[in-house]
Order: sequence, then C-alpha cells, then structure tokens
Amino acid sequence: MTDAPAPGEPDRQGLDARLVVERHGFRLDVALTAAPGDVVALLGPNGAGKTTALRVLAGLEPLAEGHLRLDGAPLERVPPESRPVGVVFQDYLLFPHLSALDNVAFGPRCQGMTRAEARARAAVWLERMGLADHAAARPRRLSGGQAQRVALARALATRPRLLLLDEPLAALDARTRLEVRAQLRRHLAEFEAVAVLVTHDPLDAMVLADRLVVVEHGRVVQEGAPAEIARRPRTDYIARLVGLNLYRGEAEGHTVRLDGGPSITTTEELSGPVFVAFPPAAVTLFRDRPTGASARNLWRCEVAGVETHGDQIRADLTGELPLAADLTTVAAAELGLHPGAPVWATVKATQTHAYPA
Amino acid sequence: MTPRDEPGTGTTTRRIGTAGRRGVPLPLLLPGVLALAFLLLPLLALLVRAPWRSLPHQLTSTEVWQALQLSLVSATAATAVSLVLGVPLAWLLARTDFRGRALVRALVTLPLVLPPVVGGVALLLALGRNGVVGKWLDSWFGITLPFTTTAVVLAEAFVAMPFLVISVEGTLRAADPRFEEAATTLGASRFTAFRRVTLPLIAPGVAAGAVLAWARALGEFGATITFAGNFPGRTQTMPLAVYLALQNDPEAAISLSLVLLAVSIAVLAGLRDRWLTGV
Repeated sequence: MTDAPAPGEPDRQGLDARLVVERHGFRLDVALTAAPGDVVALLGPNGAGKTTALRVLAGLEPLAEGHLRLDGAPLERVPPESRPVGVVFQDYLLFPHLSALDNVAFGPRCQGMTRAEARARAAVWLERMGLADHAAARPRRLSGGQAQRVALARALATRPRLLLLDEPLAALDARTRLEVRAQLRRHLAEFEAVAVLVTHDPLDAMVLADRLVVVEHGRVVQEGAPAEIARRPRTDYIARLVGLNLYRGEAEGHTVRLDGGPSITTTEELSGPVFVAFPPAAVTLFRDRPTGASARNLWRCEVAGVETHGDQIRADLTGELPLAADLTTVAAAELGLHPGAPVWATVKATQTHAYPA
Repeated sequence: MTPRDEPGTGTTTRRIGTAGRRGVPLPLLLPGVLALAFLLLPLLALLVRAPWRSLPHQLTSTEVWQALQLSLVSATAATAVSLVLGVPLAWLLARTDFRGRALVRALVTLPLVLPPVVGGVALLLALGRNGVVGKWLDSWFGITLPFTTTAVVLAEAFVAMPFLVISVEGTLRAADPRFEEAATTLGASRFTAFRRVTLPLIAPGVAAGAVLAWARALGEFGATITFAGNFPGRTQTMPLAVYLALQNDPEAAISLSLVLLAVSIAVLAGLRDRWLTGV
C-alpha cells in the first residue's frame, strides 16, 4: 500500500484524491494518487464501485466526503464542464449526428475556439490516431476500434490534465481488442498527464497500467505494480484473476498453519500472519494415497467440478484444502476425475510462495 | 420390459395445410371491418357530394382565401409558440427532478382532455379585458387580446402545445442522457449540451410533435370561437368558416372541408415519409 499523501504539498503535480460516495447502503471509499505520466488501473469485480469512482473524478457525481486535487487545484466544487478532465466512456458515446471530425472538435469548440480552429485541431488528433481518412464519417460508419480511437481523440483534444477511461476495451470483440489494446498502450504512454482507467479485465489492467489499484466492495484491497500484484495477491478475487491458489495462515518457520485446517510447508522461513500462494499447475493429483512420496504437502480432497482451461483440465477440489489443480486431459482421464471422486493432492514446497500478510 | 420407443420415429408430424395463415375469428373481423367503414364512409361522402364543377369558383372566393390564409398563419404561429415554450417545458419534465413534477405533468396534459370551449372560456377569464391578467395588460399597456388574430394564435397554442410537450418529453426520456454527460465532460454547459447534442438527437421527435401540434391548431374550433370570436379576415379560421358556411351555403362548406381534408392528408403523408419510417 502506498502511503497517504503528505499534507502541506499543495503544489504537488498530478492527482491526489480520496473519493467517498454513499448511496443505497453502498459506501465507496477510495484513495488515489498519481503523478503526471502515470497510468493507474482501477481493477475490480462488477459492482465494486470503479465506475462510480470515475464519475466522481469527472464531476458527474458529487463527492460525499474526501478531497480531489489535480495539479494542486481543488476540484470538489468545480462543475464537470470546467474540470480539465477528459473521459472515454465505455460505449464511447460519440455524438451520432456529428462527423468524427466534429466529434473531436466539440471539446475545443466549447473551450472557445472558432469552428475553423477547432476543426484544425481535431484534424491533427485524427491524423495522430491514424483516422484522417475517416474524418467525415458518422460514428455509425466506424468500426469498434475506430470509434474507440475517435473517442480517445475527442477526450484528448481538450488537453485534459486527467484522462479517464471506463472499460476502454470492453465493447470490442476479441480480435480487435488485441490490436486496440496495443494502440491504446502507445497513446497512454505518450500522454503526459494522469490517466486512470477502470477495468474488470486483469490483462487489460496489466498491459495498460503502470500501477493497479484493486477495488472490492468500495474499498482498495491492494495496490502496486502489476507484476507485484500478480506474484503476491492479497485477496481471493485477485488470486482468481491472476490464477493462483491463495491461503492465509500463521507461519512458524517453514510451516504455515492455515486459518481453517491443515498446514502447508513452504521454503520461506517466516513467522506471524502470512499468505501462501501456488499455481494450479503445481498441484499433482493421485487416485490413491501416494506411498513413499516425499511431499509433505499432501491432502485428501474430493472433485467438486471439472472444466477445460485452455488445453488443460482444471479441477476444482474441496476437502481438507480447497484448491484448483491443472492437469492434462490424459491425466484427467486416467484419474477418472468426475464430480465426487476422491483424490489425493500434493504440492512441492518449492512451488509455493509465502509472504507476510 | 417393453422395448423403448424412440421419439420421432413412426409418428408423422401432422401438418396443417395453411401453415402460418391462421383463421381470423369472426367476432373480431366483423367489428373491425365495421369500424373501418365507419371511419372512411364520412370522408367518402365528402368526396361524393363535393361540388366538383363549382369547386374552382368556390375556392377562389376572397373569404375562403382569407380563412385559409389565416388558418395557416395562425396554426404556424401557434406551433412556433408551442416549440419555443413547449420544448423547454418538456426538457424540464424529462430531465429535472422537482417536487410536484407528476402534478405538473398532469396539468400540462389537462388541455388534451379539456373540452376546447372550456379552454376558450378559461382564456377569456385569464386574458380577457376584465380577466385576471388581461385587466393589467389593458390598463398598463393598452393591449386587448380577445377577438384579435393574436387571440386565435393563443387559443390554438393552448390546445396544441400539450401534444408537443408530451411528444417531446417521450422522445427525451427515450434519448440516452449520457450523451449530455459526455458533452459536459468536453466542456459544454448544460444548455450548450442541450442545444448542440440533445436537440439534434431528438429532432425527429420534436418535428413529429410540431406536426401534431400544427394539425391540432389547424382544426381548432371551440377555444378559438369562444376566445377570439368569428370575424372574417381577422379571427375566422377554416373550421369556423366551414361551420358558418354550413348554415347558408352547404356547397361552400363542402369545398372548404375538402381543402382541410387535403391538408390533413398532406400532413399524414409528410409524417409517414419523414418520421414514421426510417431515419
């Protein structure tokens, strides 16, 4: 967790916010700080309050408590039209009655430019996005990827100091998504101010952002660099996102006694509350109790469900230690993995990773 | 154990000869056809009894021209008034939340169900020479509204504006308010967002509402004759002229009616081509 911004730094550049919103018994309380050039991803399940946070930053919803400063200037009471904030909405919301060029020129025009000046600036932005040929096109004639770039150009044309992107890739099909993600990454890297994007897709977040802020139930549960979060998840949600089995327990030397049951032997020597994580591929399953096996991490489990996972089979196990295990189709067939089947699961200590909670 | 029957084998699906075309029940067909006849017969009678030979002469008389001109001008002016005042009212009803909004909407729709004559009387009581507001208009500005062309426009706007407001409000509710939000994040004030984004988006709905209001204003009779009177060239619109002509010159009444029928058909055709299909 990053430390709270030190008070007495009013001229601090970038974003410094604590957003508190209360609505229908739901409370969002998220602290966000970012320096110019940072790309921060708000990652979380649906209903975690990510989009609400974005709307508060844009001024479309009021702040109940907290503060919002951008480049040192307080924005809490500034109406959305006067905030130096650009938004790329999830479904882009391009104005259907205006051409791509006039969509992009809309912002500069509202900022007081003449029509000719605004269009000239819009043309530059479309050119930069590789859309010069589509300047005259109405939004409905644009492909998903093109519309996304027009939306980005429209948001950037107002020269915002804070760029907000709400699920920027969610509206695209898988193939377009790959291409647009790469382009978006390039444009975000070029952007000199703060960018905050909201997503529920860990891949989007890890590719596009320098820093992840994971939000669950309106609270920040973990934040840090993507690689750090992928390696050391701190909640079940994140562990599932990055594909790890995660447990919490009390460490004593190489042994971690889990909160609700068995122990796990690890290579790290720790003490006190810890997390233990290991990938599903590290799990080996046996139909009968392995004899002479050196693995000390041996648990008796029962198959709860089986599904294909890429070219692998993923088995969800319950029992002593609930866990997910990946195995090949052949292995799954030999074991006779069907729901309800008893199995023994082992994990080598070297494949686990323990870290302080 | 009996051998298991395989579903689908042995049994042939019974096909009904007229697949898709199903019989229409008589209790629905008969009244339906009757209703159609009832609606079309009077119009047909108008065409059958029309004095086609003397029609050119009838239609070129000054009185007819005056009435037609006055009708078109006042209906258009009433529509303009409805647009200028009604669209903002529709926006307020659709996009803002205030106490008693449901009541306001009910009051707006009241003229839709109110007998127009009552509307005319109410207008007289409000804007007449001794009316609640008219008294002040008269003594302060020397403005007298009743029995003037302005009164015709006001009477027509009174009955026509609700059509526009309801139509535009419905379109606004169907329109995605997030476009306004998007405009706001681009630096547009709420009014600019309305003018440059919302209004173009709801233009078809506004136009349809305007045509409805115009048609209603064109046919307005009760409120007009009560509040504006029946002075040829000043307040005598087509419907009034038709009614008057029916007393002493039925042929003229039929001719005038034909003109209004033609205008109505033209409006309907215009509506269908531009707004009811496609866009």
